[in-house]
Amino acid sequence: MSKRQQLLYLFVIFTLMIAVAGCGSGGDSSETETSDKAVIQNAGSDTMVNLAQAWAEEYANVQPTVSVEVSGGGSGTGIAALINGTVDIANCSRQMKASEIERAKANTGKTPVELIVGYDALAVYVHEENPMNEISIEQLANIYGEGGNITKWSQLGISHSTCSGDEVIRISRQSNSGTYHYFREALLGNTADFKLGSRDLHGSKDVVELVEKTPCAIGYSGMGYRTDHVKVLDVAKKAGEQAFSPNVDNALSGDYPIARPLYIYSLGEATGKAKEYLDWILSAAGQKIVSANGYVPLETGAPMTESSDSSN
Amino acid sequence: MINRSRLESVTERIIEGIIRFCGFSAILFVFGIFFFVFREGSGFLFSGLDIGQFLTSPEWFPTSVSNKRYGVLALLAGTASVTALSMAIAVPFGLGAAIFVSEFCGPKLKETFKIVIELLAAIPSVVWGFIGLTVMNGVIIDLFDAPIGLTVLNGGIILALMSVPIIVSIGEDALKAVPDSYREAAEALGATRWQVIYRVLLPAGKNGLLAAVLLGIGRAVGETMAVLMATGHSVQFPSNILDSVRTLTATIAAELGEAPVGSDHYQVLFIIGILLFTITFIVNLASDLVVKGIRNK
Repeated sequence: MSKRQQLLYLFVIFTLMIAVAGCGSGGDSSETETSDKAVIQNAGSDTMVNLAQAWAEEYANVQPTVSVEVSGGGSGTGIAALINGTVDIANCSRQMKASEIERAKANTGKTPVELIVGYDALAVYVHEENPMNEISIEQLANIYGEGGNITKWSQLGISHSTCSGDEVIRISRQSNSGTYHYFREALLGNTADFKLGSRDLHGSKDVVELVEKTPCAIGYSGMGYRTDHVKVLDVAKKAGEQAFSPNVDNALSGDYPIARPLYIYSLGEATGKAKEYLDWILSAAGQKIVSANGYVPLETGAPMTESSDSSN
Repeated sequence: MINRSRLESVTERIIEGIIRFCGFSAILFVFGIFFFVFREGSGFLFSGLDIGQFLTSPEWFPTSVSNKRYGVLALLAGTASVTALSMAIAVPFGLGAAIFVSEFCGPKLKETFKIVIELLAAIPSVVWGFIGLTVMNGVIIDLFDAPIGLTVLNGGIILALMSVPIIVSIGEDALKAVPDSYREAAEALGATRWQVIYRVLLPAGKNGLLAAVLLGIGRAVGETMAVLMATGHSVQFPSNILDSVRTLTATIAAELGEAPVGSDHYQVLFIIGILLFTITFIVNLASDLVVKGIRNK
């Protein structure tokens, strides 16, 4: 009796699994079978994954014969996939390193071509009950950087009553994400490191979610991940100077100090369908999606386009 | 038997061959994995890595621009603290549940229990991690007035919940394997139920129960996704159970994806893999010796 019952349960579970698996693969195959679509493989930056997904979805309406498959994983993952030839274009929230370009040349014989597709302002998030409204780069460096001496909210001149113990809980990212690299460089330049002991989360969205639920926390993430339940601080270049909030205008004017370009890399000049896709991303229709997702669209003559020249 | 046809003897031999291959393949795979992990990490292990510093320094700065430092002491402490806490919770609960299921409850309740426990084992680790990150974080902040809920405590409780099913099912099997004649003899001598368990069953099932606990420890040391999400992933020595830590496994999971293939950082992550291999090897070896020691008494 008992064995039979167990077997019965196992059987039910297996049937369910097979049914579910069957549905999934059935859906997939019908998609690929009904049309002979050209597929553009796209992977990379976790910061840009929502944006890339939105582009891909909209492009399916514009150009039904082309399907763009997007995955995240991080800037480094995207570049590794590009070098290995498993993706056509890679999203990147930092510039490719010289060593990576060398490796791409050695592996594929082609030089990666850089394209700036938009800008992102890194927002500094705190809990919504945190009374703080603005912060300076210096203060952030003292919170996050090695040798920095700020560990309590009271040292920043505020009394944070909902945070028991007054400790500043630093939320960071895993040490090889593009966002981490950019934030470290913006705060500390090229030589110093972050203090150990920060909570290093694995995704842009996780950072915001954790800050939402943790009164003592401070964290950083792309401004596209803002929700209604966290507070975004205004950031000043230096203590005493005017602080600016992370928005499109301030990022484009250069007033907001921690804004960065977002890149897409291809191996050699993109050709064919991939080129059409990239051209569409740079067009007004593609750039509208950039702003709809909370990022900063390209604008001709903006002060931050200095490195876009090198891509052409 | 004598008139066995030729076909039968051929199929017999083929099937024997297949079964033999299955047996040897386990060994092959283990050595294959060990070889691969070792090969990926060996270059840096023998030239470049300061092994003393690797094992004794708590400074883990794999992507520093100016001064890369690879020290895993804090990560070791993280793995040890989370595993110890989870075992402190899981062993009494798991063994207690095993004793209850095997000795006290009726057949109907027993079936229900076993199915529920197996369901507990079927929950994927990423779901446990998600519970740790979203539910337990808030609960721990509220209950303990802690600044953050992603702590040793959070990871320990989640790992305990994950290893309890293993401890219960293997522990229950071990107790079931104790012959009924032992129980009957003890009861005939006038032993109470507690005395039967404490004086007869536990000593008789010692090996199996130890195996259950060690497999639970193995589960806890090797678990990755759940601890990555629940412990806060923070490189520091825990001073109490409300500190965040980072474990060896979580470090590999978080950083391997983006470490450039073949770089020092990539190789160090494989060396951590070798270290984990060594730890589990020592645990298994120790348990073998302990079990043998018990048997020889």
